[in-house]
Amino acid sequence: MTLPPSSTQVPQLELRDVSARYVERGETLLALSDISFQIADGEFVALIGPSGSGKSTLLDIVSGLFPESKGTVSFAGQPLSFEERLGGSAYMRQRDLLLPWRSALDNAALALEIHGVPRRDARTRAAARFPSFGLAGFEDAWPSQLSGGMRQRVAFLRTMLADRPILLLDEPFGALDALNRVALQAWLIEIWESERRSVLLVTHDIDEAIFLADRVIVLSSRPGRIVHVEPISFPHPRHRSLLATEEFFWRRSRLAEALGLLDEPEEQEDSHSTRADTRSAPMGRAPGVPYDSGEMAS
Amino acid sequence: MSRDRSFLHWLWPAFLLLGLLGIWEVAVRLDDTPRWMLPPPSAIAQSFRADWRLLLEHTRVTLLEVILGFGLALVAGVLTGVAIDSSIVLRRAIYPLIIASQTIPMVALAPLMLIWFGYGLMPKILITALIGFFPIAVNTVDGLRSGDREILALLRSMGSSGGQRFRIVRVPAALPLIFSGARIAITFCVIGAVFAELVGASAGLGYLMERSAAQFQTARVFACIVILAIMGIGLFSLIAIIERLALPWRRFHTESSE
Repeated sequence: MTLPPSSTQVPQLELRDVSARYVERGETLLALSDISFQIADGEFVALIGPSGSGKSTLLDIVSGLFPESKGTVSFAGQPLSFEERLGGSAYMRQRDLLLPWRSALDNAALALEIHGVPRRDARTRAAARFPSFGLAGFEDAWPSQLSGGMRQRVAFLRTMLADRPILLLDEPFGALDALNRVALQAWLIEIWESERRSVLLVTHDIDEAIFLADRVIVLSSRPGRIVHVEPISFPHPRHRSLLATEEFFWRRSRLAEALGLLDEPEEQEDSHSTRADTRSAPMGRAPGVPYDSGEMAS
Repeated sequence: MSRDRSFLHWLWPAFLLLGLLGIWEVAVRLDDTPRWMLPPPSAIAQSFRADWRLLLEHTRVTLLEVILGFGLALVAGVLTGVAIDSSIVLRRAIYPLIIASQTIPMVALAPLMLIWFGYGLMPKILITALIGFFPIAVNTVDGLRSGDREILALLRSMGSSGGQRFRIVRVPAALPLIFSGARIAITFCVIGAVFAELVGASAGLGYLMERSAAQFQTARVFACIVILAIMGIGLFSLIAIIERLALPWRRFHTESSE
């Protein structure tokens, strides 16, 4: 199930047989079952799955917010308890979670401040990054004065400035409209190409996963299990044009198959019509699409 | 732009008030109502001119009581709110008692305060503080709990301490609610101070009202009421101004709801 890391180095993040339970109205539910994978230093991994597959729970576990009920999580080869993992990764969620009473600059500097960097230094370091994040001139703006896309960029800057080797991104563009989402995906890959971190991205958007990631892990519905791992070998730097390549089509149809989207044609159409790029990538379930069920787990 | 509009906001109630005062003046004169029963607005204005020294002296006493009582309520209310928030035991023990204490009419304690502390400033300050305490304490508790759970989780994932989350998230989230508690409290405090004076005092607007009423100086009673109204509005506005200066981010947030 687990792909060996491409390099001989210790993986930045490693999960081994991780399961998670939680109690809801007196009932114990298994959210995740025996999840194992590794993320190498500077590798971008996307996690995709139906809602209720425990994708977000998995990020909560890695960040240390939620305790695993079984298994081990290691950072840079070091197995850590969930409490020890707090502060070890940089987490970004779908909501920008900016503090409304802090300026854009002070929001961006928040993680640095919490890590003990003196406020003045934190602000100076955050300010230096504002232009490259397309935020120049908005240092003193309140979050409520910024557009959704800008707020998300401030949130991403805060995440990057935390300067952790592992980034956890939970549908970071899920709350944005389609055009903004596409623009920010291109922008995110550009930033990641210039300063590589190990990324674990949760998304429900197949195209986003293929466009951004080096590897896509597919989870089943509850309890979430890894049912498929799709390596994505497009070279970097990546451009939007690769969405029109043939390889993109068949990678996508393999992922759609793994997600069970090809079982019912209507469902598949629905899931694709929500995306901005249906025009540029009319996805056909053409016969002869190569599909390898060998990587499927049960 | 917004200044023009706020000017218009004031224009209509001002007209209405002037109109009502005019009707009052004319009606009292036409009906020939005795002045000791209902003086016309002009007589009240006359009382301001004649008695301004007296009114000023007693206003100063009442204002001092309100400010000291409110200050005490603010400090005690915020500290109690923080204590309730920080300890489950205290929350379970104190919070229900504070809520239940609201069934006691605080002004009914005024005679007791008179027995314990006499006719001086102290019983008035205590009554005022008791009345102002509740809205501030309860709003502090609610405010400290109002921090966004997801933001708190994010800060936890950054490895923050409980103290950092308190300072960075929970206190700023509580401030708007503490301010709105303070705005409610200050108007209550004016009422509390006057009531405490009515029960037994040797100075203050409550005392002056009672003495003037006993002498059928009805115009002066009205003058005291006008001063109390202005004091209430003024202190309320003062807190609103401090709030705007202290929470500049709210101006872009809830401009219309304020």
